Amino acid sequence: MQTAEPLSALQVRGLTKRFDRLAVDALDLTVRTGEFYALLGPNGAGKTTTLRMVAGLLRPDAGSVSVLGVDALSDPSAAKQITAWVSDEPMIYDKLTPLEYLEFVAGLWGIDPAVSEPSAHQLLISLGLEPHLRERCEGFSKGMRQKVALAGALVHDPRLIILDEPLTGLDAVSARHVKGLLQQRVQGGCTVIMTTHILEVAERMADRIGVIAAGRLVAEGTLAELRQQNGHNDTSLEDMFIALIDVEAAAA
Amino acid sequence: MSSSTAALSWFARHEIRLAWREWLAMMTGRRKRKRGAIIGLIVFAAIMHLPAYAVIGRFADLQAPLDKSSLIVITATILLAWALMLSQAIESVTRVFYARADLDLIMSSPVSLANIFSVRIAAIALSVIAMALLLSTPFVDVLVIGGGVRWFAAYGVVVAIGLSAAAVAIAVTVALFRLIGPGRTRLVAQIIAAIVGAGFVIALQIAAILSYGTLSRFAVLTSDAAAAFAPDAASMVWWPARAALGDGETLLLLLAGGLVLLGAVMAIFSARFADTAVRVSAHATPGHQNARAKSFRASSRQQALRRKEFVLLRRDPWLVSQTLMQLLYLVPPALMLWRSFSGSSTAIVLVTPVIVMAAGQLSGGLAWLTISGEDAADLVATAPLPPARVIRAKIEVVLIAIGIIFAPLVIALAFASPLQAAITALGVAIGSISATAIQLWFRVQAKRSQFRRRQTSSRLATFAEAFSSIGWAATAALALAIPAAAAITGLITAAILAATWKISPRRV
Repeated sequence: MQTAEPLSALQVRGLTKRFDRLAVDALDLTVRTGEFYALLGPNGAGKTTTLRMVAGLLRPDAGSVSVLGVDALSDPSAAKQITAWVSDEPMIYDKLTPLEYLEFVAGLWGIDPAVSEPSAHQLLISLGLEPHLRERCEGFSKGMRQKVALAGALVHDPRLIILDEPLTGLDAVSARHVKGLLQQRVQGGCTVIMTTHILEVAERMADRIGVIAAGRLVAEGTLAELRQQNGHNDTSLEDMFIALIDVEAAAA
Repeated sequence: MSSSTAALSWFARHEIRLAWREWLAMMTGRRKRKRGAIIGLIVFAAIMHLPAYAVIGRFADLQAPLDKSSLIVITATILLAWALMLSQAIESVTRVFYARADLDLIMSSPVSLANIFSVRIAAIALSVIAMALLLSTPFVDVLVIGGGVRWFAAYGVVVAIGLSAAAVAIAVTVALFRLIGPGRTRLVAQIIAAIVGAGFVIALQIAAILSYGTLSRFAVLTSDAAAAFAPDAASMVWWPARAALGDGETLLLLLAGGLVLLGAVMAIFSARFADTAVRVSAHATPGHQNARAKSFRASSRQQALRRKEFVLLRRDPWLVSQTLMQLLYLVPPALMLWRSFSGSSTAIVLVTPVIVMAAGQLSGGLAWLTISGEDAADLVATAPLPPARVIRAKIEVVLIAIGIIFAPLVIALAFASPLQAAITALGVAIGSISATAIQLWFRVQAKRSQFRRRQTSSRLATFAEAFSSIGWAATAALALAIPAAAAITGLITAAILAATWKISPRRV
């Protein structure tokens, strides 16, 4: 069995998942510790399925997943302890207040209240939710719910944060708050893996970008490396992305 | 035809189509088996003629003029039907406000909102009447077959009381919006719907227990005291009964009255209905404030899960209304229990199956809410906690909640009969565990708000849960009266559970 490299926050090998069709096709992916990694791809490419397998929400048909050296398939609890997952559809409890929600999440991750309570307040305030701390989430807009879900993901201080389209539904100010918060975490040594359709976000925030199509990684690298691979130094990420996807579609 | 009329007729068709599809989804559990649903419905209606004959067959020969006792029984039956229709109508009105995703679309259309909501009010009345006609058909058929075509007038009475029930439901709900605001109306309306539906029967049972020491409602209705208290035979109070017996003039008056009432409600409330809908949709609410700020509490992971479940259950409007309804149903047996202290009523035995049945039913709902109705399924699944421990914590919540609700009754029973209390406690425990186990075997991933659809997501689970509750209730009752028979019903119920487990998705 292959052991994880100490510098890898995430190491995926031969990851495969089939539903009606092959969704993820023997995928290999390595994300370094302290890296902001953007995973791009067209709809149905297998991004979310890959990340759901990494987060322990789906059992792969084959392959291995290692999170900071922990085998996530044989010891899922240990891997989950250091991982956070935020989906594009914020799943929170309507009948809880943001503070109650964060208290629940902290309890679920076994965090000492002396640590989690100030952290929860700080997170909610930094996301602009201070006026709503003790209001039940049932009347919140999608953006507010997304911020509560994000605060929940960060309250247990994860070392690997996986976000599936986290900026969907957020206004410009909120999106900037979220991006700032994520960058702070990366600067603090945390690893962020994010899927997004907003290519500008990937271009500006990501240390490295992976492009996935038909369940396979078709390109990977820094923006400069991707440009080099594409042969045009002045090409935008959007142009490169479309070109890559077109090539893959033609090959298929 | 003017464009506005065309738009309204289009909207009316749209409403009818939506109502039909919602009903079909309820019947088929989202699977497109229209033919199967219709055949099932016809078979069900045909089978329902048998119990209908047993209940109502003996009244088919009734002829006007009726004595007061008969008038009271028929009027009370019609009043009960009206209460049930009112309950259903209140539920429909709140659903229109809170659950319809098309309010934005409708309100942004260039059609007059007052007209649009008039159509919607009419659609509510139509759906309530259609359901009532459907349910009353076996009973009216039995009366027509046994007593002649004059009983067809009973269908007219169903329509008339349906119109008035829809009108009252709309007036009550809009008034609630005005009085207590959109935030609280949903919960209060659900509670009112539950109480109205059950309250009438329970009130009669309470009167029967207090006056005659029996649970039979007919004891009150056919008593001399009720006849003495009732108004003269010429009173308007008996119009529905007379109309049901075939008095055409009275029937026409009732239908006209129902239509006028609904028309008046439409005229008065359709504009306010629109205004209320706007307020609800704009209710990106300054939600419910929790005034008390509590510090985070240290707890194990399972404790955190249990605490969350308890908070959500406490704040669940369905659960509050259902628990209230179950507790209401428990009032008559509790009253009977209280009476047994002062007498030697053997009817106290009836308390046990009622309690066991209620515990089984409530456990099924609670188990669905905690096990299947997980709004943050991804969060819980990504928590560093093995799935078995998550499930265990949720089951503990169901059993603790049932314990809290039913322990006082069992303790009270222990003062009257320790043996009966022990058997009741055992019945409650087994009934609750069985219902919870069924929900566990048939668990799905769903939102708590989808609770209304839980019974259609798996017909098998629904029937198994009902049979289990009835089976354990019967077993507990027989254990007190005929222990040997209890062994047989207990074994049959256990066999039903075993068969359910064998064919459940978690087993296959």
